[in-house]
Amino acid sequence: MATKIGVPVAPQTSKTAVSLSKEEVLRYSRHLIMPEVGMEGQLKLKQAKVLCIGTGGLGAPLGLYLAAAGVGRIGLVDFDVVDFTNLQRQVLFGTTDVGRPKIEAAADHLRNLNPEIQIDTFETRLTSENALELFNDYDIIVDGTDNFPTRYLVNDACVLLGKPNVYGSIFRFEGQITIFGAPGGPCYRCLYPEPPPPGLVPSCAEGGVLGVLPGIVGTIQAAETLKLIIGKGDPLIGRLLLFDALGMKFRELKLRRNPECPVCGDHPTVTKLIDYQEFCGIRGEEAPAAPTTVPEITPRELKARLDRGDDLYILDVREPHEYQICNIGGHLIPLGELSRRVHELDSSREIVAHCRSGKRSAEASEFLRKAGFRKIWNLKGGILAWSDEVDPNVPKY
Amino acid sequence: MSVKVMIPTPLRPYAGKQDSVQLQAATVGEALSALTTQFSELKKHLFSDDGRLRSFVNVYVNDEDIRYLQKDKTPVREGDVVSIVPSIAGGR
Repeated sequence: MATKIGVPVAPQTSKTAVSLSKEEVLRYSRHLIMPEVGMEGQLKLKQAKVLCIGTGGLGAPLGLYLAAAGVGRIGLVDFDVVDFTNLQRQVLFGTTDVGRPKIEAAADHLRNLNPEIQIDTFETRLTSENALELFNDYDIIVDGTDNFPTRYLVNDACVLLGKPNVYGSIFRFEGQITIFGAPGGPCYRCLYPEPPPPGLVPSCAEGGVLGVLPGIVGTIQAAETLKLIIGKGDPLIGRLLLFDALGMKFRELKLRRNPECPVCGDHPTVTKLIDYQEFCGIRGEEAPAAPTTVPEITPRELKARLDRGDDLYILDVREPHEYQICNIGGHLIPLGELSRRVHELDSSREIVAHCRSGKRSAEASEFLRKAGFRKIWNLKGGILAWSDEVDPNVPKY
Repeated sequence: MSVKVMIPTPLRPYAGKQDSVQLQAATVGEALSALTTQFSELKKHLFSDDGRLRSFVNVYVNDEDIRYLQKDKTPVREGDVVSIVPSIAGGR
């Protein structure tokens, strides 16, 4: 017999009677005329306090729909600045916002959408030092972040504080949504006790992402948040929703609380926030540096050697679709095919491996070095650096 | 038993770019073994050196996590769907 998982109780009506103004009644009329929301639900929304971690791909639709719905207090946490490449999917920002702190651009947009609500902004990196204090004032936390250490931090902080964590994550065209940290329900660590080693799962910058994907997933996170607040419908507690945008399919998997979970289990061993960078195997602020056993060559050095007439074999380890964007005439063997096609390379020649930014080619070079190639160089900074240092006509992407 | 193994996006490059593979197996363990035999590059992404499933990868038979069934000894029936679900973190 499954344990009944309690739906988090919607916030108590405060002692001072909360009501809607005439303008609010008109603004939210489409909610009010629905029995599932009604005045009761709309007042719950007005008193709700939701903290959105991240105002990017997921945070954009999330913020928009929570503000539109009349969530009375929305906190936004983001330390980042609007970048030109964000505009493909972060629909809270416009071209004129490029260069502005995301939190400012987001708050402006949301306040314009709904001046009735309170928007709190926290232009800060979320850390173990500030998370508990930051989360304390809010009822529900929504995870719209983009890296593993922060996801584990958000999870642990929510469990320690007893607050639900509406989780959404994306990769290319696939998404996952669920609610962690609900009473009796699982937490992130119940599902994934450990993160993948750094560099195994690419970020959006490396793997790419279909722009609409965070739009869909973030909107689902908003829907779940609203349902938790008004206490209606079946929330995604104990349910992992998997979404495939290409196949346009939704699947659902059962999630359970792990009684041996170190954070939310019966005998928790994690009772305070830890160093999440260390937990995820990342030292300091950056991902681990590429292996330095393979010598590096800078784009300027490579150009000089090519101009001199040196016989260098340029190996491009990117994907075919990247080669179509731009290339420097290298021989294309995508990294994933290298081990199968290594016989195509002549180890007596000097080989310079390159990719987009230098990371994949570092891996390729290291692999070739271990395979016995003694004359292998890694192009430092990849084709991006080539564009910066040698040939600005090569487009960056 | 003929079962379908769903390949998640991050692992498709190592499985011939396929989103699912049809395999013959009687248990989850057999299915994963058949998968990594067919696609050897998948092995290091799914299993650590000591042969255990990596902890950032979960395996489901239909909608149930095998950790709460019989783990790799979980039997599979004709038409079952085995899903590999790795953790992903992208948000922006």
